[in-house]
Amino acid sequence: MAAVAQDTAVSTGRVTRVFIYLVLLLFALFYLLPLYVMGINSVKPLSEITGGNMMALPQVWTLAPWASAWSTAQIGVEPTGLKPYFLNSILMVVPAVAISSIVGALNGYILTKWRFRGDTWVFGLMLFSCFIPFQIVLIPMAVVLGKLGLAGSVPGLILVHVVYGIGFTTLYFRNYYAAFPTELIRAAQIDGAGFFRIFWRILLPVSGPIAVVSVIWQFTNIWNDFLFGASFGGTSQPMTVALNNLVQSSTGVKEYNVHFAGAILAALPTLFVYIVAGRYFVRGLMAGSVKG
Amino acid sequence: MAASSAVDFRTRLQDWLPKLVLAPSFAVTLLFVYGFILFTIFLSFTGSKMLPRFTWVGFENYEKLWALPAWHTAIVNIAIFASLYIVICTAIGLMLAIFLDQKIRGEGMLRPIYLYPMALSFIVTGTAWKWFLDPGIGLQHVMRQWGWESFTFTWIKDSDMAIYTIVLAAVWQTSGFVMAMFLAGLRGIDNEILKAAQIDGASNWQLYRRIVIPLLRPAFLSAFVILSHLAIKSYDLVVALTGGGPGRATEMPATFMYSYTFTRNQMGIGASSAVIMLMTIAAIMVPYLYAELKEKK
Repeated sequence: MAAVAQDTAVSTGRVTRVFIYLVLLLFALFYLLPLYVMGINSVKPLSEITGGNMMALPQVWTLAPWASAWSTAQIGVEPTGLKPYFLNSILMVVPAVAISSIVGALNGYILTKWRFRGDTWVFGLMLFSCFIPFQIVLIPMAVVLGKLGLAGSVPGLILVHVVYGIGFTTLYFRNYYAAFPTELIRAAQIDGAGFFRIFWRILLPVSGPIAVVSVIWQFTNIWNDFLFGASFGGTSQPMTVALNNLVQSSTGVKEYNVHFAGAILAALPTLFVYIVAGRYFVRGLMAGSVKG
Repeated sequence: MAASSAVDFRTRLQDWLPKLVLAPSFAVTLLFVYGFILFTIFLSFTGSKMLPRFTWVGFENYEKLWALPAWHTAIVNIAIFASLYIVICTAIGLMLAIFLDQKIRGEGMLRPIYLYPMALSFIVTGTAWKWFLDPGIGLQHVMRQWGWESFTFTWIKDSDMAIYTIVLAAVWQTSGFVMAMFLAGLRGIDNEILKAAQIDGASNWQLYRRIVIPLLRPAFLSAFVILSHLAIKSYDLVVALTGGGPGRATEMPATFMYSYTFTRNQMGIGASSAVIMLMTIAAIMVPYLYAELKEKK
């Protein structure tokens, strides 16, 4: 009866267990390897990379590659470093995440608590939009952004990310609110509470877990986006595009240490978010994607 | 009377309010998703070059597209990439999930290590692997320095093998995420079923093959849908890792569409390749979403 309290009822022998631990550790090394390589080589002088060993610890520790990646490295034609692009990304991500999450919350509320004829169709059409290959909208989007005078600007990128983000945020909030007892909403209605009041006073206070998921999902996707940034960024390119320009530049010596420092800079915000709130993210992502 | 009509107006407003609030999202979706899809489909039947033009050319772009060697390369590459990527990610994800589910000490440490690549941009992943696989400074160089003089690993510079480096980097990025999906599925299985089978004398192997894996069907389906979607969209990773090269050896539909539309000024052909990408994804997604939404009712 000892097995009752255990995670799984399957029991394994000693040899099998050693094998299992070995495989798990090997894969942990596999996943950590690129991070180790990036980290260790971003604090080495360039000569130690080209002449030395990529896996070895630095003989001379230096933060110069980080300083260069941040403020002086050649991005495209300008020696500006990644700093201005990092700011572009922040200016783009914060409003885009906030708007798409709020709109998604309202949509989810309506699609579960104020149902109407054809609401499944409305939701289905919005849901499918999450899964289109964005190549299909690139050309008309370029035309429309040009007509609106938003091409190559941060507001243009915010618009694009909100438009193609609300499908996912609506999905998350809809699935979450579906489990909330509708009787409570009806009771509040009988007491005279209106549409926004019910949302504000009853649903929003319990939306914490799913709001975390929506914000992290949107933040990661928008921060990491490359296709829209490269197509519509113009002079307001986000971090990913700048990093790619830095790494692919064909002029001069390839400064691998600066590239690695730049790559870590581009990864830091999402890694930070993931480390702080990753647990909720995975839990919610499972609820959202496995259940549909 | 005035009071009652004001009340009347308020209730009418309350009835309409939800639809009014939802309307902008729906309108935006109709315009920016479905309107744009129709526009791109329309463009694929026109002689658009650098800018959209409205001269109808019928199926000419599609005929040209399928006659292009670069498109053939892209199709072959996406077939190799997608099948290997989906199969390997699923296999590694399932294996790691089953192993982690054996009351492993340190599971709390291992899980985030497996998962963190998912938080990175494909551009970051591509940069890391690009230099790690570079024969001049990366793995080959390291092995030779460690004394294995004849060690050779030049896949990333080899037109026949470069596509497999993309598979490697993509598997590195997503297999941990697939693991999490399977782990969630495993944790949802009722232990009583497993115990009953054990009492009936089933071995561990039989237990997993006959009972657990069939019960994970929904997780397999979700993994397949998400991975195939990621595979067809793959653009950033190719750009960062190989830039479509060496030569055009790692061209994919996504990179093909971009270069024909925006750098080669063949917008009609670019649009027709985008339409084919959409049709491929729709063939996978529509039945899946339809089944999911019907079930929910």
